[in-house]
Amino acid sequence: MRHTISVLVENKFGVLSRVSGLFSGRGFNIESLTVGETEDPAVSRMTIVTRGDEKIIEQINKQLNKLIDVIKVRDVTTEDYVDRELILVKVNAEEKNRAEILRMTDIFRGRVVDVASKTYTLEVTGSEGKVEAFLEMVKPLGLVEVARTGKIALSRGGKILSTKGSGEDKKGTGTKK
Amino acid sequence: MKINGAQIWNDSLLAEGVDVIFGYPGGAVLPIYDVLYNSKLKHIRVRHEQGAVHMADGYARATGKCGVCLVTSGPGATNTVTGIANAYMDSIPLVVFTGQVNIGLIGNDAFQEADIIGITRPCTKHSFLVTDTADIAETIKKAFYIATSGKPGPVLIDLPKDILTGMAEFSYPKSIQMRSYNPTVAGHPAQIKKALTAIKTARKPVCYIGGGLISANASKELMTFATTAKIPVTTTLMAMGAFPSDNELSLGMLGMHGTYSANMAIRDSDLIISLGARFDDRVTGKLDEFGANAKIIHVDVDPGSIGKNVGVDIPVVGDLLSVMKEMNKLLKKGEPNWAEKHAEWLSIINDWKEAHPLGYDTTSKLIKPQYVIERLYEATKGMDPIWSTEVGQTQMWAAQFLKFDNPRTFLTSGGLGTMGFGYPAALGAQAAFPKRPTIDIAGDGSIQMNIQELGTAVEYGLNTKVAILNNGFLGMVRQWQEFFHGKRYSSTVMGDNPDFVKLAEAYGAVGLRAEKPSEVDPVIKEALKVNKPVMIDFVCDPDENVFPMIPAGKTVNDMMLS
Repeated sequence: MRHTISVLVENKFGVLSRVSGLFSGRGFNIESLTVGETEDPAVSRMTIVTRGDEKIIEQINKQLNKLIDVIKVRDVTTEDYVDRELILVKVNAEEKNRAEILRMTDIFRGRVVDVASKTYTLEVTGSEGKVEAFLEMVKPLGLVEVARTGKIALSRGGKILSTKGSGEDKKGTGTKK
Repeated sequence: MKINGAQIWNDSLLAEGVDVIFGYPGGAVLPIYDVLYNSKLKHIRVRHEQGAVHMADGYARATGKCGVCLVTSGPGATNTVTGIANAYMDSIPLVVFTGQVNIGLIGNDAFQEADIIGITRPCTKHSFLVTDTADIAETIKKAFYIATSGKPGPVLIDLPKDILTGMAEFSYPKSIQMRSYNPTVAGHPAQIKKALTAIKTARKPVCYIGGGLISANASKELMTFATTAKIPVTTTLMAMGAFPSDNELSLGMLGMHGTYSANMAIRDSDLIISLGARFDDRVTGKLDEFGANAKIIHVDVDPGSIGKNVGVDIPVVGDLLSVMKEMNKLLKKGEPNWAEKHAEWLSIINDWKEAHPLGYDTTSKLIKPQYVIERLYEATKGMDPIWSTEVGQTQMWAAQFLKFDNPRTFLTSGGLGTMGFGYPAALGAQAAFPKRPTIDIAGDGSIQMNIQELGTAVEYGLNTKVAILNNGFLGMVRQWQEFFHGKRYSSTVMGDNPDFVKLAEAYGAVGLRAEKPSEVDPVIKEALKVNKPVMIDFVCDPDENVFPMIPAGKTVNDMMLS
């Protein structure tokens, strides 16, 4: 099954390679990985989308927790969450397609971020399903290039994952307090 | 007052209570060696950097303290990799200092530059590149804390040369807090309770002890636990010494070359109590069948070790010393009559012990390697010896035929299986305990992987004895070729070994040789008497094999007994 795992890490050089090295060294798979600063500039948040059975996901959680620079790990897939991905898409803007491209972008609540004589660059944000659907729609119109951010996610409601304590599993199953 | 980085390094180690380090100088660490010229730190200059790491490792295993080594950048650093990986697999606390080129040169392919942080990332518990002289002291404090707490392991600190020559104020932190690293200590009370309930209702319990019990210094607690509840104890290779060999509850080692009784006990047990072990493939054989009839309790400080290989019924995450103390308290409450409850089980086990004890042909005219080990054990009885081993047949015979009273007396490369580990490891232990007999059980193959450290032994008066069980083969690989590859002894014949006696003498050590069984005792006596490093060449039966043997990936039912 597919899991989305949020990881708070110390914002230091080398942390990304420790995390990615853990995945490659133990044969875990990464579908996407995003990193960015959090509300605390000393802390980065990674969102990792991975696949595996229960045992593998448990090991991923535990092994991530073992890394010294990892502050917190949470598998958001186990709870209610929202996730989003942003894509930039360059399409052939031939005369006959231009109107259709703009209509599609509008329907998907996207934006045109760059216009050139022969291409449009579009921005679309949404859940994976929406982003995939958009790509399907513009493909026949002349898709040239795609850049995807990979998924980011947050739990719904009041649940937070921060360095100042959060609703974490404290049953000694290996999640850091 | 500002002092330079090298002096800060020196003063930090002294503040940390380090008494001896193992190292090898080079360009990038010249500032440190300049300080070491008249430092209170004792420095043992080795012959090869791999030797330095194994010595620090042996020192750590024997003392329970953190081992420390120091090498230069580039090749000095890369030569430590095997030693670091070895310590990582066996969870041995080490702090490894590597020199590095100047900060500004990093990444430029400078002379003697290697990305040692990158190279060792998968085999260190953590690593640091120091980029400011003012950070040296705190980084060292953190490194020792990380290396020695939780599941111990090696930590590497990379020190660029200009950081060592830079100036800063020195103050060594008394303690360290890290928000991202807080190893679990106390076990969860409800889990411990569950474990005790299972123990009190089990009919055929067995303790399966790993090296974690020795790391946690919990041998006394194990003794109380096992003898109170009358539960038989089997140990992994890494845990030899955790429980006295001559105790009636001791089953010896389990796994591929474990005893018949230990492996049968695991097969038939209804409750396996795993304490600080990690269900390594050399122990479990075929995973699905391991302890197939048993519930499994697994106590370990590392949550990642729990449920990794074998499904666990009752996991307990915590420091073994703390958890064992709790378990022992609860053991007394509502105590069943243990002796009665386990009488039948213990009698079955006794039958197994009597039916298939460890043995070898004692009538042979050739020296049997097992005989040498038995005689070495007898000759050092009561002298509190420390044993180390290389890897392969000799290692297995040592684990089978030595007897142990105390933990931290058997230094062996369990996880990585590093040939060339035993001799430098023994020297590291000898540096910590100059008066205790320290003996490396070696083969003629493995001793040659770090034989250059004879020079270090002679230079520093580390009077370790090496017993080479010389069979003219890379014995364990030869054994597998005999059993599984049609006796095609590809590259395992050691036809052109050097004359080990002359070699020892060339280094200024003592060389001795025994060629028949009657010469074994006199040679051992001589070796123990002489106050010098000794290398003994025991010319052994070339065809001897290690039994019992459960072939890789097989079960106890496939055990070969002879």
